[in-house]
Amino acid sequence: MVLLETTDLVAFYRDFQALFGIDTRLNEGETVAIIGANGAGKSTYLKAVAGLLPSEPGSVYFGGKPIGALGAAEIMRLGIALVPEGRRLFPSLTVEENLLIGAHGRAVPGPWSIEAIYALFPVLKQRRHQSSTTLSGGEQQMAAIGRALMSNPRLLLCDEISLGLAPIVIRDIYQVLPRIKAGGTSMILVEQDIVQAMKVADRVYCFQEGRVSLSGSPSALTREQIHAAYFGT
Amino acid sequence: MLALLDTVIQGVLLGGLYALFALGLSLIFGIMRLVNLAHGDLIVLAAFVIFALAKALGLNSFGALVLAAPVLFGFGYALQHFVLNRTLGRDILPPLLVTFGLSIIIQNGLLEAFSADTKRLSAGALETASVSLLPGLAVGVMPLLTLASAVGVIFALNYLFYRTPIGRAFRATSDDPEIAQLMGIDNRRIFALAMAVAMVVTAIAALYLGTRANFDPSIGPARLLYAFEAVIIGGLGSFWGTLAGGIIIGVAQTVGAHINAEWQILAGHLAFLAVLVLRPRGLFPRAVD
Repeated sequence: MVLLETTDLVAFYRDFQALFGIDTRLNEGETVAIIGANGAGKSTYLKAVAGLLPSEPGSVYFGGKPIGALGAAEIMRLGIALVPEGRRLFPSLTVEENLLIGAHGRAVPGPWSIEAIYALFPVLKQRRHQSSTTLSGGEQQMAAIGRALMSNPRLLLCDEISLGLAPIVIRDIYQVLPRIKAGGTSMILVEQDIVQAMKVADRVYCFQEGRVSLSGSPSALTREQIHAAYFGT
Repeated sequence: MLALLDTVIQGVLLGGLYALFALGLSLIFGIMRLVNLAHGDLIVLAAFVIFALAKALGLNSFGALVLAAPVLFGFGYALQHFVLNRTLGRDILPPLLVTFGLSIIIQNGLLEAFSADTKRLSAGALETASVSLLPGLAVGVMPLLTLASAVGVIFALNYLFYRTPIGRAFRATSDDPEIAQLMGIDNRRIFALAMAVAMVVTAIAALYLGTRANFDPSIGPARLLYAFEAVIIGGLGSFWGTLAGGIIIGVAQTVGAHINAEWQILAGHLAFLAVLVLRPRGLFPRAVD
């Protein structure tokens, strides 16, 4: 069953057009990776899906419902959660408060609760009363993922979750993604770390200058195809 | 010596009134970064609402406050929802212009409805009641109640902000309004709730404004000035800091008046300037502004 579909999705930052007719599809339970160079439009795509950027009403469908005209808060309540680039935890909230507020607009039963998040990332339980500003980069990323999971989303959007982290930390974070998927959550991963993304993705879209330059299953795509789609050579 | 002690105590108690003026302003600025130039006039408006309710229903001022608080809560919500939310954005000029205009509208509306005559809220026997602290040193019950109310309001606001889900949403929206939306938080509703709560605090401030001194439609801007000074001295976004700011202005004013009656207002402003020079971010700034 198709969970998310974008058709001819365009997005603008004021007068600057960042996306030019993006067509994508995600089936229920699937993990899709979106790769591409800096400025390819990957984060813009996630922002448009999450409602942080306006888009045409019929250009984004979620669970068969058009959501393009909805705001971010309404879209979150339908079951789309975004882990934003740079984590962006709330600095005046403790770690536990950051997690709890993830379910503010959507408290639905599901596999993810505060205890389940602590089981997934035990270090967060140790630091639950600390300010989120005192966490390391990796711990902040765990808290940002946990915050998004607290709403038991049907679709988790992850924007550059490996950015700025040490390789060992990236490995730890990528190790939990299969557990999230096993809980029934579909995922879209925006990544520059192609190797990591290809390992966990069922399908890949490569973006270039605001357009889809390549798509397919990771096993079906050759290194040369990806290189050409990524760099436009 | 006793006279100086009395002066300082009176200043501290006066600081409670200034803190009450400032708490609503601090709350609004803290959550939505809105500089509300109509805040002083909203305090005066609230005083007139209490006055009108007390007169119409034959209530004392405290009873009228209980009725006025939900009315002003609704007014604050509507004001933010229908007017001020439309002005918020990257440009700081629209909210300044609109609240400046609102200030003028409130003043003229009150002049039309209540005339320019001064009014006063009655506190009955409490107005003249006093408590003896030392032989030869007594303080009025109303000033004591004012300070106690300011402390009570701060405890209540801190409980709301740090112990409830809506307080969490207030702080999250203040930290990062864009990401707060991703938590399912409707920023516009949060802002409207914040203004509604601020108007309840304003109503409490108005009760003490009107029971301690005469008021008329024109005195709002001066209250706004004291409120601004208290907020800035305390450090933006800190409620206890706002109380400290109010007390510093209050003590400076009473000490100034003790030296020379003409120096009362000037001394408060000089204290404000001194803090600005020494601690430009205020005495208790939040870690993240």
